[in-house]
Amino acid sequence: MTGTTLYDKIWNAHMVDEQADGNCLLYIDRHLVHEVTSPQAFEGLRMTSRKVRAPHKVLALADHNIPTTDRTGGVDAIADPESKLQIQTLEKNCAEFGIEYVAMDDIRQGIVHVTGPEQGFTLPGLTIVCGDSHTSTHGAFGALAHGIGTSEVEHVLATQTLIQSKAKNFRINVVGEAPDYITAKDIALAIIGEIGTAGGTGYVLEYAGPAIEALSMEGRMTLCNMSIEAGARAGLVAPDEKTYAFLEGRAKAPKGEDWDEAVAYWRTLVSDADAVFDKEITIDASDLPPLVTWGTSPQDVISIAGAVPNPADIADEARRKSTERALDYMGLKAGTPMQEVAIDRVFIGSCTNSRIEDLRAAAAIAKGKTVASRVSAMVVPGSGLIKQQAEKEGLDKIFIEAGFEWREPGCSMCLAMNADKLAPGERCASTSNRNFEGRQGRGGRTHLVSPEMAAAAAVTGHFTDIRNLKVEG
Amino acid sequence: MQKFNQLTGIAAPLDILNVDTDMIIPKQFLKTIQRSGLGKNLFDEMRYTPEGDEVPDFVLNQSAYRGAEILVAGDNFGCGSSREHAPWALLDFGIRCIISTSYADIFYNNCFKNGILPIVLPQADVDKLMDDAKRGANATVTIDLESQTIQGPDGGTISFEVDAFRKKCLLEGLDDIGLTMKKGAAIDAYENDLAAQPWR
Ligand code: SF4
Repeated sequence: MTGTTLYDKIWNAHMVDEQADGNCLLYIDRHLVHEVTSPQAFEGLRMTSRKVRAPHKVLALADHNIPTTDRTGGVDAIADPESKLQIQTLEKNCAEFGIEYVAMDDIRQGIVHVTGPEQGFTLPGLTIVCGDSHTSTHGAFGALAHGIGTSEVEHVLATQTLIQSKAKNFRINVVGEAPDYITAKDIALAIIGEIGTAGGTGYVLEYAGPAIEALSMEGRMTLCNMSIEAGARAGLVAPDEKTYAFLEGRAKAPKGEDWDEAVAYWRTLVSDADAVFDKEITIDASDLPPLVTWGTSPQDVISIAGAVPNPADIADEARRKSTERALDYMGLKAGTPMQEVAIDRVFIGSCTNSRIEDLRAAAAIAKGKTVASRVSAMVVPGSGLIKQQAEKEGLDKIFIEAGFEWREPGCSMCLAMNADKLAPGERCASTSNRNFEGRQGRGGRTHLVSPEMAAAAAVTGHFTDIRNLKVEG
Repeated sequence: MQKFNQLTGIAAPLDILNVDTDMIIPKQFLKTIQRSGLGKNLFDEMRYTPEGDEVPDFVLNQSAYRGAEILVAGDNFGCGSSREHAPWALLDFGIRCIISTSYADIFYNNCFKNGILPIVLPQADVDKLMDDAKRGANATVTIDLESQTIQGPDGGTISFEVDAFRKKCLLEGLDDIGLTMKKGAAIDAYENDLAAQPWR
């Protein structure tokens, strides 16, 4: 018999029922809820007189719609009536169904995928769902975590289970040592560039190898966050000492004997040496340059030292057409060196790159420099606690002195559901995860980069090879 | 949920790769707390100018395709977010079936929960149906879920695969939650065993 993978182990430990046709009922340990994808689910429960089966396994907060400017007026002062209604609806639903709600003025409030791990709500070996595709973030802890639709949110609320068929196993080995300034974001972009946005469809990815072990928990979250951009159902990193060190003492993490027992169990959560993966690739981190996207799909990745691709070089007609369409939308000319592309905006934030380590890295670049006059730049911490920590370290001052805006936590310009958005034609260096057409505002042009690269672009006014900036500066 | 058995309708060609959920329904329309009413904003940024006028070139604005019930689209349809607003918008517009070579996982799931059939076919079959769809309003296509076949305007038949459980749910319009609640005893038993892992 061959060994089992990490994914298989978590899957097997959560199977409540298996139908003859292969569809399984999977037990769900944790459910994160936010304001955008839940109102219709609670409405469905009300209409069918159903209750929430395990309210203590649910944690709710508002992040997508929430203003990132001054909040002293509270929810009532939110200018957009629809945003306000959605947030009030979540508050009401949580009160009605007995679910813990982290309010807007709570220091723990933040992006759901930042707050969950920060509170120790996310633990290894658990199944975690949220009506949000970037739930894959929590896979960094060795939890099976994936996004679900609103009907499934309702299903989990009512039954604490999810109907699932098993995905296939795909291991991505990242070997070598990442050079200076090559971050988890670059590794994520490199993987998506390599396998494509549909490359992970039908799979759960397991990231393994020395370059993954070397990543901090923040870095692993960045990487797993973007698994969905490769089409995967989830991403996983096996838990290790770094995982336990990150979690120990967190508010919702187990304590005392429970902690010891939990860690003993978590240590078993690794893919067996003889486990067989359906697919496997290896990427060498020691070769990677800082990466930037040029198009409207996260797979449109190029080295900062490269140039905008030429559609004429693409043989496949469908790909050529889609490249032409992307360049047209992005307002880019084939052959332009990426470093000559000027930007208008910088966004440092989102569940991909808004954690303390990201802010430290960006601040280190911004320190003593000034945001270019043509650029407006903002920093949006992932949670109230991160904001507080950053302020304790003086990062806010570095950013503000350099000319960045320092905001309240939330999704902000990652998806531009609140007031933070690009104007048509504006070009943005963004640490978020999606560069789709209109993602950051209608007609807005998004280039995905690491926090370091975003800060470098902010202070120079164009995309800049961070490796050179450091040498010069 | 609305049942899906057989559908004869106009197929609209959307010859674009990686149609993402932000294209299908941009985020400014996610602020609703209802499921209905999203059809008018389906593909909003491709369908209307910033001033709110129709973009004449966009397929669903052409008279032949205004009543389309089927979409034929490029690879990896529905990639991006988990927003169920995407299938809600499609359904509200009147789309009951999508044909592509591949879909993003969550979107694919979400379709079945809303009585929409997402059909996966090999590239050659999608190409053929895309060509058929480009012929306009006379090119009606018949989808028969029971026999898992698609009949094109020329009478040719293409078969497709679909998971047996999902098929049954669509054919009978079954409510997943109701089905799962019938397994309440199994869930109870599983939860009883959880005492051994108090941190869960
Ligand atoms: S930060 Fe962006 S990607 Fe993350 S949950 Fe918010 S909107 Fe989604």
